[in-house]
Amino acid sequence: MNMRTPLSRARGLGSAKTGTDHWWAQRLTALALVPLTIWFVVSMILVTSADHAAAVDFISSPINSILLILLVIATFHHGQLGLQVVIEDYIHLKWLEVSLIIAVKGAAVFLGVASVYAVIAIALT
Amino acid sequence: MAEFTLPKNSRVIEGKKWPKPEGASNTKAFKIYRWSPDSGENPRVDTYYLDLDDCGPMVLDALIKIKNDVDPTLTFRRSCREGVCGSCAMNIDGTNTLACTKYIADAKGDVRVYPLPHQSVIKDLVPDQTHFFAQYRQIEPWLKTDSQPPERERLQSPEDRAKMDGMWECVLCACCSTSCPSYWWNEDRYLGPAILLQAYRWLADSRDEATGDRLDQLEDPFRLYRCHTIMNCTRTCPKSLNPARAIAEIKKMMVERRV
Repeated sequence: MNMRTPLSRARGLGSAKTGTDHWWAQRLTALALVPLTIWFVVSMILVTSADHAAAVDFISSPINSILLILLVIATFHHGQLGLQVVIEDYIHLKWLEVSLIIAVKGAAVFLGVASVYAVIAIALT
Repeated sequence: MAEFTLPKNSRVIEGKKWPKPEGASNTKAFKIYRWSPDSGENPRVDTYYLDLDDCGPMVLDALIKIKNDVDPTLTFRRSCREGVCGSCAMNIDGTNTLACTKYIADAKGDVRVYPLPHQSVIKDLVPDQTHFFAQYRQIEPWLKTDSQPPERERLQSPEDRAKMDGMWECVLCACCSTSCPSYWWNEDRYLGPAILLQAYRWLADSRDEATGDRLDQLEDPFRLYRCHTIMNCTRTCPKSLNPARAIAEIKKMMVERRV
C-alpha cells in the first residue's frame, strides 16, 4: 500500500534539471535537416543516370563529402532524440525503457560512424 | 509497456432505460456514464429522457433535473453553474467541457455524458483529482519575494498586468489536462497543460522574484517536455484559453536563459 502523501507523489524524485538541451537540439537538427535534405534529394536526382565513377566523383568533391557527413550526423542525432521521446512516452516498464533507449542510441552511433567512415573512405581513395 | 489490455470492470455495458416523460413533445435522450464503487458491477450507460420545454438550456440544468426529478442516485460535482468554479467539468458529446456552459442544443443527437477521460472514477461523473491538485500545489502557486514587503500594495504596470491575461481566467477544471494524450500516458510525472499554464502565470508575474527557481523546478524531461504540441488542451478549453501557448512561452524562457 502506498501511504505517501499526494504532494510527495507529485514531487517524486524532483526535477532532473535537464531537458532543454534535448528539446533545443531536436529543433536545431530539424532546422539543419531542411536544407541538407533538399540538397541531398536534388543531388541524388541529378546523378540518377550516372555511372559508378560519376558517383565516386560526386562523393569525392570536398563540399559534397562535407555536406554528406553533416547530413548523416544531423539525421542520426535527430532520429535518436525523437525515438527516445517516443520510448519515454509509451514504455512504462523501467528496465525495458532504459534498455531500448540505450539500444537506440547505440544503433544511432554505430550507423552514424559507419556512414561517416563510408563517405571518408570513398572520398579519400 | 503501454497497457493494451483494459483492467477489470473497464467494459462499459448498456444500462437502464428510464421512461420518457408523459405528454412531452420535445424530448431529448441523455446517455450518462454510471459507476458505483459499492456495487462491484461494470460501469454502464443509463439513458434518461427529458422534456426540453421543461428544462433549462444547459447540460448541467439537465443533470440537476434528472437528479431532482428522475434518479437521485446520479452523482456529479457542481457549484457555481456559471463557468467560474470549474467543478462540473466532464466529457460531453466527446469533448471535455463544463456542463454549466454547454448548451444542450449544441449536442448532435443524444447527449452523451462521461467523466473526464483517463482519471480514476470515484462515482458516476466524479473523477479523482487528488493528484491533479497535488501537482498544482507542487508548482507553489503563490507570490514569492525576498525584498522587503512594501508599505502598501505591490505595484505592477498595466503592461505587466496585461501579460497575465489569458491565465488568471483559468478555473482549474482539468478539461485540458485530461484531454492531453501525454498526460494520459505520463500523468505521474508530466504536469499537464492546466498546471503548466498556472506555472507560467507565476513566471509571467512581474511582482514575483522566484522566476529562476520556478524554471529550475520545471527543467525536466517529464514535468515540462512531455508536451508535444498536440493542442488538444487549447481546442477543448471551456474558457477559450491557450495552455499550449503558455507551455511554448515556458520553453522559450528555458532557452532564453541559456543563450
